[in-house]
Amino acid sequence: MSTTSTRMTGAQALIKALEMEQVDTIFGLPGGCILPAYDPLLESTIRHVLVRHEQGAGHMAEGYAHVTGRPGVAMVTSGPAATNLVTPLMDAYMDSIPMVGITGQVGTSAIGSDAFQECDTVGITRSCTKHNELVMTADDLPLAVRQAFHLATTGRPGPVLLDIPKDVLQNEMTWHWPTDDEVTDSLPGYRPTMKGHPLMIKEAARVILAAKRPVLYVGGGMLKARAAEILRELAELTGINVVTTLMARGVFPDDHDLCLGMPGMHGTIAATTAMQRADLLIALGARFDDRITGRLDGFAPEAKIIHVDIDPAEQGKVRRPDVSIVGDCRLVTEELVQAIRDLTASGVAQADIAEWKSRISGWQEIFPLTYDDAAPGAALKPQYCLEELRAASTDDTILVSGVGQHQMWASLHWKFNKPYSWVNSGGLGTMGFSIPAAIGAKAGRPDATVWAVDGDGCFQMTAQELVTATVERIPIKVALLNNSYLGMVRQWQEMFYDERYSEVYLSTDTPDYVKWAESMGCVGIRVESPEEVGPAIEKANSINDRSVVVEFRTDADEKVFPMVPAGVSNDEVLVHPSQEQYRAQLG
Amino acid sequence: MTAFNPHGKSLNHGILSVLVQNRPGVLARVASLFARRGYNIFSLAVAPAEDESQSRITMVVDLESAPLDQMVKQLFKLVDVVKISELDPRRSIERELLLATVEADTDQRSEIVELVKIFEAKILAVGSDAVTMSLEGHPDKLDDFEELLDSYAIVELQRTGRVALPKLDRATRLRAANPNQKGQVS
Repeated sequence: MSTTSTRMTGAQALIKALEMEQVDTIFGLPGGCILPAYDPLLESTIRHVLVRHEQGAGHMAEGYAHVTGRPGVAMVTSGPAATNLVTPLMDAYMDSIPMVGITGQVGTSAIGSDAFQECDTVGITRSCTKHNELVMTADDLPLAVRQAFHLATTGRPGPVLLDIPKDVLQNEMTWHWPTDDEVTDSLPGYRPTMKGHPLMIKEAARVILAAKRPVLYVGGGMLKARAAEILRELAELTGINVVTTLMARGVFPDDHDLCLGMPGMHGTIAATTAMQRADLLIALGARFDDRITGRLDGFAPEAKIIHVDIDPAEQGKVRRPDVSIVGDCRLVTEELVQAIRDLTASGVAQADIAEWKSRISGWQEIFPLTYDDAAPGAALKPQYCLEELRAASTDDTILVSGVGQHQMWASLHWKFNKPYSWVNSGGLGTMGFSIPAAIGAKAGRPDATVWAVDGDGCFQMTAQELVTATVERIPIKVALLNNSYLGMVRQWQEMFYDERYSEVYLSTDTPDYVKWAESMGCVGIRVESPEEVGPAIEKANSINDRSVVVEFRTDADEKVFPMVPAGVSNDEVLVHPSQEQYRAQLG
Repeated sequence: MTAFNPHGKSLNHGILSVLVQNRPGVLARVASLFARRGYNIFSLAVAPAEDESQSRITMVVDLESAPLDQMVKQLFKLVDVVKISELDPRRSIERELLLATVEADTDQRSEIVELVKIFEAKILAVGSDAVTMSLEGHPDKLDDFEELLDSYAIVELQRTGRVALPKLDRATRLRAANPNQKGQVS
């Protein structure tokens, strides 16, 4: 770096700082207050993807971060643009996605005057970011950017927002790129614990070897910690079955003998029941979400808990752990594997878990995922469409889901064999997530085939980003499961509101999804019968120069099973009606 | 937020001394965290600490609303929070300031002056029909004083909320040796 001081504008410093952070893509949309930052972008190596709505920019940044592990960046202007970014920020906060949001703000002298397109962005986003900052002078910009990336990517990852007034972007400053020490010194209150406590790890190893009915309960934190390999080693070393939560799908291969799939409200019977009957849950990067536990006082009543998480506040938030380990999930799991090896070498034998495992395989055999085939001439079964799509895809295919029935069917019926091949909105449950997130994923992994699976309700919320995909040449594929309804709400109204359907019918043919897709520069294909499913997928997979939307007309009566109704214990899971006769086997 | 019952000395409260970076918005971060998670604050006192780049927030929190442990962990997730000390009331020195204006005609004035003497409070101003006074001390003492003032017509009363520091090491050790010894209340 040159020793003579370099003068530049705040805007130039912002873009240079982003380059220094190795940002290769920004998803954004310019406007008044952020205008100065868009000028130096013309000379930058950074690619800017021009979205059609700021919410799209945020979800694209999330999709990008999900599949690359690098922080996604969204840049928008002040006021309404900043408020449009709130949903993706909250989504990223709930799912611990590293993301940096940059918003323009009115000039420093106008702040607080209700100026045009002014809003209290920092106030509004305080509770949906890991941290946010109003940058008040141009000289502060490089440090603010370094802090933002440091905070977004370390510890428990999350979204960080920088709000930058227009004059701060316009003013001149002297470039200085802060050192690592300057960054950590500027954040004296931020020191994430990485290494687990050795005594606790030893204790966990002892408890694991002594357990007769153990289950590895694996959450999204294991993907964030890039711990797939060491997880496999732990599972194979101990022979303990693994459940992967909605946020962790793919971190452990579904085709592995030890994998039980997803637990919880719509989990497989084997996964949910194994957790219920366990005497030990080894929670790795999981947070005992209510969609996992069901009614809390009935959840895994006999289980001891080992809880490994980098966020100390997760320890004991929902369920008091017996062994609490704060630390990075990969480092702790590595130490845990070593501690188990050491104990075994010193002569401690693992308890016999063969009987437990045969009980689990019993549940797997009696209660496989199932659905009734479509009657001849009737609407398609969504599960069938997804299974056909999976059969025509490789393990490297990235599946990006919206929120609702299609999300649960995708998580259940897709076989995820590789980490980072599944992207969805878990904690916040953001309808409309999938199209922009899939575009972000494809921008981050241009080599991969990216399929968005979406419902008709979700699709109508953010479909306009397919224009972005076309114009920016980021081709994705969309499997649109059109059942003409807000399907999950319909399922609840059918099951818990006496089939009183209130405001859930959308429309079967308005909009015309094929024409809409075509008008956005995509190929549109409509599929109505089972024999068309395979050829349509084959055609979609053969088109790589533009996006493809395949509309599957699916059965509105189809429901997601298994299901644990809200507010009851996981013991009261509703199995598929055809399996109801075997209910006694759940004990 | 639940109103603090000034006379309910048995209320289940905890004291947190939170060292934060002295930056714009830090109090709002703390306050919105408490509001969002449903934690109740009884009182809050904020001022710059010994190092002027930092502030110390002394908060009295309602342990009925959430476990202290969760409050501390969630607070510590705020990037601007540098250090949190849980102050055990028995091992801390707690102080608070009270200002009160009470209606007092010439007949009542001597009674009030007597009360002020007993509590070692101060008369700050005397008018023809009112007296303004101050009292500094342990919050329990302020509670007692306030209770007695209640029998007069209080025009205005303001308390600062408590500030607290841990007792010196030696005192702490003494306390540990004799847990039955009562905390010093001035």
